[in-house]
Amino acid sequence: MSNKISTAVRRVDAVEKASGRARYISDYEFKGLLYARVLRSEKPRAKITGISKPDFPEGYYYIDGKDIPSEGRNNIQMIKDDWHVFAEGEVRYIGETIALVVGPDKEKVLQLLSEIRVSYKEEEPAYTIAEGLACKGGPLFGDDNIYGEYNLVKGNPEEAFKNAVKVVEGTYKTGFQEHLYMEPQGMVGTWEEGKLTIYASAQCPFYIRKSVAGVIGVDEKNIRIKQVTTGGAFGGKEHFPDVIATPLAVAVHKLKQPVELVFDRIEDISFTCKRHPSEITIKTALDKNNTILGMDIDTRINGGGYESSTLIVLQRALLHGLGVYNIPNAHVRGRAVATNTFPSDAYRGFGAPQGLFAIELHMSQVAREAGMLPADFKRKYFIKTGDMTVTNTTMKDVVKLEEMFKAADDMSDYSRKVKEYEHDPLKGIGISFVNHGGGFTGNGEQEIIKSVVKMKRTGEKKAALYVSNVEMGQGLQTVLRKIAAQELGLDYTDIDYDNPDTDIVPDSGPTVASRSTMVVGYLIQECAKKLKTRWDEGIGTETEHHYVHPPGLVWNQDTLQGDAYPSYGWGLNVVEVEMDPVTFEIKTTGIWTVFDVGIPMDDTIMAGQVSGGVIQALGYASMEKCEVLDGRFRQHTMADYVIPTSVDFPEVKNVFIENPYAYGPSGAKGAGELVFDAAAPAYADAVQQLTGRNIYEIPVTPEMVMGALK
Amino acid sequence: MKDIEFTLNGKKVHSAADPLKRLLDVLRDDFTETGVKEGCGEGECGACSVLMDGKLVNSCMVPIGAAEGCDIVTPEGLRETEKGKVIIESFADSGAVQCGFCTPGMMMAADALLEENSNPSEEEIREALSGNLCRCTGYDLIVKGVKDSATRGKKLW
Repeated sequence: MSNKISTAVRRVDAVEKASGRARYISDYEFKGLLYARVLRSEKPRAKITGISKPDFPEGYYYIDGKDIPSEGRNNIQMIKDDWHVFAEGEVRYIGETIALVVGPDKEKVLQLLSEIRVSYKEEEPAYTIAEGLACKGGPLFGDDNIYGEYNLVKGNPEEAFKNAVKVVEGTYKTGFQEHLYMEPQGMVGTWEEGKLTIYASAQCPFYIRKSVAGVIGVDEKNIRIKQVTTGGAFGGKEHFPDVIATPLAVAVHKLKQPVELVFDRIEDISFTCKRHPSEITIKTALDKNNTILGMDIDTRINGGGYESSTLIVLQRALLHGLGVYNIPNAHVRGRAVATNTFPSDAYRGFGAPQGLFAIELHMSQVAREAGMLPADFKRKYFIKTGDMTVTNTTMKDVVKLEEMFKAADDMSDYSRKVKEYEHDPLKGIGISFVNHGGGFTGNGEQEIIKSVVKMKRTGEKKAALYVSNVEMGQGLQTVLRKIAAQELGLDYTDIDYDNPDTDIVPDSGPTVASRSTMVVGYLIQECAKKLKTRWDEGIGTETEHHYVHPPGLVWNQDTLQGDAYPSYGWGLNVVEVEMDPVTFEIKTTGIWTVFDVGIPMDDTIMAGQVSGGVIQALGYASMEKCEVLDGRFRQHTMADYVIPTSVDFPEVKNVFIENPYAYGPSGAKGAGELVFDAAAPAYADAVQQLTGRNIYEIPVTPEMVMGALK
Repeated sequence: MKDIEFTLNGKKVHSAADPLKRLLDVLRDDFTETGVKEGCGEGECGACSVLMDGKLVNSCMVPIGAAEGCDIVTPEGLRETEKGKVIIESFADSGAVQCGFCTPGMMMAADALLEENSNPSEEEIREALSGNLCRCTGYDLIVKGVKDSATRGKKLW
């Protein structure tokens, strides 16, 4: 890479982690530590009619909603505050928190938990999107079970369908996906110097602080959250930690003793949020020349028992609904459905992967209806700078998709293979094109987050940076140091950046939405520039920098019209597969990717993001089945929820196309989610070619392939 | 109850724990060997990998009673050896480490492989790491880290 900042450095946390010295939440010792376990609902939808408890020996406690201070509320202040800390007389999903059992001996806590009897008056549950929409068992939310509905209209889709000679239609389905971060959820709450303090494996310390403060009924400044080294997250430690922190905080507030709540793996898979399942119906109107006149997209996602962040996820699915294409007339409709499954929440991509899976697979299918190969057809509709987007504004990015396609074609030999495999019953090659908006949707960064970062000169040639964003594996502690060091003319190891502590760092926002490098990194760059001009004022000099929205962007959150994102990362994946004719097993034989992330902040860190994101998405596409059976996740151990191992996929071969973004640090754009978006549709497209049958659902299992070929 | 005696990172140690207590818990709780991580507790993820008489095992699947007389090496032990240092340096330079939770176990798996095969192919590395799950890296850079270990530590294994 030509850019100096892209030159790989050794990650600051690598040796400490590799040697086993890094301490995760379970590795800390606390004096007088009590253990908490969760009493959970065993029914998906019911009224609680009684709870009978055994006698609790001294030092053991049953903590529930009655222990919430009178100033507090039994509602978790996430995006929507409908999720209760402790169930209030009714339960809406299996696993809902009813109470905590707390005490000094783990075994005794488990024994007491097993002796508690909850009686229920059961109601009829709805599990699937269809059951939710049909209000099976009566509505769970409002009078229609729809948490929210949006409609985006571009041009005149009705007219387009009137003029259609042919309509191609498909319904595309994706399932739950479990994050399966290697370190399960966990935190320890303590009472330190009269302050409720929580040590957490988490992405968003200030989210937890806000939730806990609301539940305890105190000013946020009276709560302290310290992030500890976090063993993977992928969105799973974005909002869900609030669901652990709030009951834990109630216990600590009452007992004034340290309490640990760490999940074991089965509990973690069974009772944490997953990616929203989706069903997306797309109709495409074609004229007599097989040119697209318009599209109608109807998106439904399964929100589960509480709304939480579901509508924001839905918005992102719709805003990415047309993918990378300039479709002249379109109606993109979206509904989020209430059901009695475990509430769905953030997972890398936040709705975009579902929307992009549907549009990419559909475009490949329309291409074949039009008698064309997927890439040839898709390229005709690539959005260009200045074209109208689905939110009726112009695309402001410099779009380099053609250049990216050429790079991918050179690497993978796609154009030759796609023709050759048309007649090969055992081989297929698929391609997908995606973009991903970096940062919060619309004006969220300006209106909701309002990030602040701080820097300080701490020595002759040393400085520190203060942000609330966390290292969770993605390399942020190295990347932000590099950005600051470049401005100050120091080495990146001369910059200090500790795990955030809400008593020390300003709120630079959550570690989500591909925003940490692009948005927070830019603030650090600007903050470091200020510090440099004031460097001679001496050790101890501090500078601050506040978020300013890039100029020329307009957004209306009520109508979802305008510039949905300040910039987009762009990507394309090519996946090649072979089938075993006896077992119908699909083997991936090649993976080639091209990404435009502006300027990569570190070649090695970014290579790790690409391989990790792509393989996680290929797991989603091919093996990560997660079904609901009688309200429970049927796959709830690592033995039956299967993720990729080192032998399942070959090396990911990647190149970056540079395309600097003016308001990213050294030109960087968001990347962490983009790298997840394209692999699932590319994989499914490859299987489509191999089988000669349309694919409508992931994961694509050998059973599905066998069924398709029969 | 009879004490269980075993060698931990080269030192003779005793454990008075219930013989059915998991080796993982004995190592973490009684010997504060917190480089041994619990990722699943059912022998699927490899985060709790240790060497038992030179063989790679998941310490969550071994009752401490079965470790009587055995030679146990944990990440805390391996990292002090020349071999361990080479693996750590190679992992760090290859970008093999992301969230880090699987990494100590990966280091143990890398050492176990290199003990048997000091010049493994990519395929052999992938096979040897297949009992250790990683959700961050997609494995490519860990494979690179193991290759690099083999190159740097040519005379060690």
